[in-house]
Amino acid sequence: MLNAKLTVSTVAIFAVSATAAAARDQVQVAGSSTVLPYASIVAEAFGENFDFPTPVVESGGSSAGLKRFCEGVGENTLDIANASRKIREGEVAACADAGVTDIIEVRIGYDGIVFASQINGPAFTAFTEDQWYMALAEQVYMDGELKANPFTMWNEIDPSLPATDIQAFIPGTKHGTREVFEEKVLLVGCEASGAMEGMMSAGLDEDAAEDACMSVRTDGRSVDIDGDYTETLARIDANSNGVGVFGLAFYENNTDKLKVATMSGVAPSTETISTGEYPVSRPLYFYIKAAHIGVIPGLKEFAQFFVADEIAGPDGPLAEYGLVSDPVLADTQMMIEAEETMGSGS
Amino acid sequence: MTDISTSDGAPRKGSLLQQDARTQKRNAAERRFQIYGIIAVSVAVLALIFLLSSIVRNGIGAFSQTFITLDVVLAEDKLDKTGNRDRDEMAKVSTFGYSPLIKAAIEDRIAAEGIEIEGLSKPADLISKQAAADLRDFVLANTDRVGDTVEFKFLASGRIDGYYKGRVTMASAELDRNISPEQLMLADALMEAGALERTFNWDFITAPDASENRPEASGLGVAILGSFYMMIVVLFLALPIGVAASIYLEEFAPKNRLTDLIEVNISNLAAVPSIVFGILGLAIFINFAGLPQSAPIVGGLVLTLMTLPTIIIATRASLKSVPPSIREAALGVGASKMQTVFHHVLPLAAPGILTGTIIGLAQALGETAPLLLIGMVAFVREYPAAPPEGFFDPASALPVQIYNWTTRSDPAFVERASGAIIVLLLFLLMMNLVAIILRRRFERRW
Repeated sequence: MLNAKLTVSTVAIFAVSATAAAARDQVQVAGSSTVLPYASIVAEAFGENFDFPTPVVESGGSSAGLKRFCEGVGENTLDIANASRKIREGEVAACADAGVTDIIEVRIGYDGIVFASQINGPAFTAFTEDQWYMALAEQVYMDGELKANPFTMWNEIDPSLPATDIQAFIPGTKHGTREVFEEKVLLVGCEASGAMEGMMSAGLDEDAAEDACMSVRTDGRSVDIDGDYTETLARIDANSNGVGVFGLAFYENNTDKLKVATMSGVAPSTETISTGEYPVSRPLYFYIKAAHIGVIPGLKEFAQFFVADEIAGPDGPLAEYGLVSDPVLADTQMMIEAEETMGSGS
Repeated sequence: MTDISTSDGAPRKGSLLQQDARTQKRNAAERRFQIYGIIAVSVAVLALIFLLSSIVRNGIGAFSQTFITLDVVLAEDKLDKTGNRDRDEMAKVSTFGYSPLIKAAIEDRIAAEGIEIEGLSKPADLISKQAAADLRDFVLANTDRVGDTVEFKFLASGRIDGYYKGRVTMASAELDRNISPEQLMLADALMEAGALERTFNWDFITAPDASENRPEASGLGVAILGSFYMMIVVLFLALPIGVAASIYLEEFAPKNRLTDLIEVNISNLAAVPSIVFGILGLAIFINFAGLPQSAPIVGGLVLTLMTLPTIIIATRASLKSVPPSIREAALGVGASKMQTVFHHVLPLAAPGILTGTIIGLAQALGETAPLLLIGMVAFVREYPAAPPEGFFDPASALPVQIYNWTTRSDPAFVERASGAIIVLLLFLLMMNLVAIILRRRFERRW
């Protein structure tokens, strides 16, 4: 009986305190694991410098973050979604269906995608997009027809590359990075090598040709990494012939273990990415729920602080970690100041 | 071979001390079986030793940290331009405004010690970025000290700390963008001068998590608190509910199809993958009941659901092991059914119930998967408040913190993650020890 009473009373206590729980006072952020380190650096500095509590930053991927962001308006929903790609139209529509109509889009800067291998491994120092296409495509276009990728060694593709087995570690399909890799490396390489043109003249329509360009071989020479870059690094550590795809920030924190290759002759660095010379980069975003501004304390201040010059500028802590700062940061700052939502302004 | 198949009672030939072929075969089989057993045990022990030694080797460094002692001039013209020591006005100077003071402090120290290193640049990189925040907190708490020179003990940066733990070498610093060999030489010189020291790092246990720019400042404080709050919730919900359910099912409920069905379901529930409870928790507690995200209360409720079957099964087993004679004796002297249960059966079953509960709690403590979905896999820097409000504040949890740290790019976090595993293992060891002691002390045998 004692136990039964206790159970009832604990349940009652919890029920009461659940209703008494005060309004949320910290900003909730979730989304892309690429943006996570930047968001946590900003959250930490925000907590130190303002009287607002430190925002809570979750990871989980761009798509998962945006999905939760679009669940609706209210205290139990996210305030900010981080994304390593632009929000899709379908996601905007899903948001609108749930009542999230006013979204502020903030571009925080750019992230480079680099190709790196073991520092003491074979001399992978220069790549071009078409070499990657030839190395990783499921089917390559040769002698007027599509055939299963015959290449097993890098030097079969180009004699300037080392004579080692092809072994690539690329981000898995749940990562936003994969999309960039496919579009900016495989597709570009496919076009550059003339394979795309060949396929289309052979009767494939454009979409089918693009799909063929971006499909990756599945015979084990290319390995999808669904975890984080730490997993890719561990694979490279264990396999001296391996070449991995990393974010610039990750590479810059592990320059003592990895050596980076140039892409089409351009070495990746914050400078070459900000000028657009280095081809494989993408913008990073976060999305703010405008309806929460003024309801969740510190939300607007956090967003402003995120893109402030001292944080996201070229000398700020984000650039130090590996973010390529946005040359038009001032516009973004003004946009947040004016709470300009998507579709209303530009 | 043939002496038994003949079975005509023919006397055994040869000495009794000499084993015949069949006996030898049986004995050999037994010896082989024992060897298999010893091999199995030693494989398990070796795996455990390998695992533990690699964790301890990687993680023991997290418990000590390199600190650097500097005299910082709290310059008035930088921190309080108006000079009226108004805290709100001084709070406008952000941590970025404090960095120059630290830079000046280390440059002064280098000059005072007469250290000269060719090619040395950015000596302030030796100090953690946490330093500016510490300094600002101190100044805002003691506004009257502005203008003084105060001695501070700052964290050294993660790379310098790694140098003294063998993670960073001169050769790797040559290639490393974040540290140069000259800076390491400076660290050595300062170590000789007594400005640098490596001490036990309580902050690893008490401090909150830190961002990727300052691995040296990160700690387990929020994670330990969050795990503790969740365990409180689990204990206060799962124990009474589980015990009440088992007593009813074991002592009162009629044995029919319905109770059989419940019984089977409870056993099945114990085998359900824990991520399923996370999905359930997200749907019920967050989306339907409107409880906050990342809160220990939701984590605790989810883990309660997960632990309940374990507790119910353990409790029913220990209730069953109380001999029927005890019940019959109590009923015989006129006790009611309930008196029998609460006065006699339950106290005798209590040690088994407690052991089952503690083992269930230990299992819940190490669980990550269900927390993934309810937003506890997060970067949380604020300590949750004291209960009961604290149950609703965002918090992290120990296994989640380990997971978080293993995904970060700075190599210093590898050491932190292993250190956190050591802490988690110590907690689990302690809980299991308590369970063993309870069982030893109070268990009754009939």
